[in-house]
Amino acid sequence: MITIRRADLYKLISHAKSCLPEEGCGLVGGRTEGNDRHIEAVYLLENKDHSDVHFSIDPKDQIAAIKDMRSKGLVQIGNWHSHPETPSRPSEEDIRLSYDSTSSYLILSIMDRDAPVLNSFRVAERRDVTKEELVIIE
Amino acid sequence: MTITVAGTKKEYEDGLTVDKLVTLENVEMPDYVTVTINDNIIEHDDFAGTELKTGDSVEFLYFMGGGC
Repeated sequence: MITIRRADLYKLISHAKSCLPEEGCGLVGGRTEGNDRHIEAVYLLENKDHSDVHFSIDPKDQIAAIKDMRSKGLVQIGNWHSHPETPSRPSEEDIRLSYDSTSSYLILSIMDRDAPVLNSFRVAERRDVTKEELVIIE
Repeated sequence: MTITVAGTKKEYEDGLTVDKLVTLENVEMPDYVTVTINDNIIEHDDFAGTELKTGDSVEFLYFMGGGC
């Protein structure tokens, strides 16, 4: 299970909409308890690709975010990106570029601007996709 | 020597190179990892020839990107 605070979810949605027509992206940090992951910080980072169909995060932005997580006693849980016009599921490119099997890959679809959908996935060996149970908490 | 790896201080023998550290740290998919030393990105071709010094701070970063 992975949890995210409703306020943090709204931050992702707001940022993703502000990035339109480009994809929005960033990292998520938090704490782990056994198999459960609790997102406690979301990072809204620049989409280095500035594209509506691709995203990438600059390593320097990654480092800065990771250092901020550590300063708060958090660890990197994964990343997130938006799908402006497609559903909340990993694309072939998302799967191919999922190099870290320990990360959660959160995908926020805003194809329905009034009804965003967030899902979280794990990807093993850049091939096997598992959807995580995502729980929104207050 | 003492170096910091992903935020944790560790002891390693002098003369340790980046490629050996990647192996010792059991980095998953090392061909796809970006290594930084003191926030400077080390090119993959330089892994074998780059020696770490005491006090260095090393990070392993995976490419974060995708499509839609």
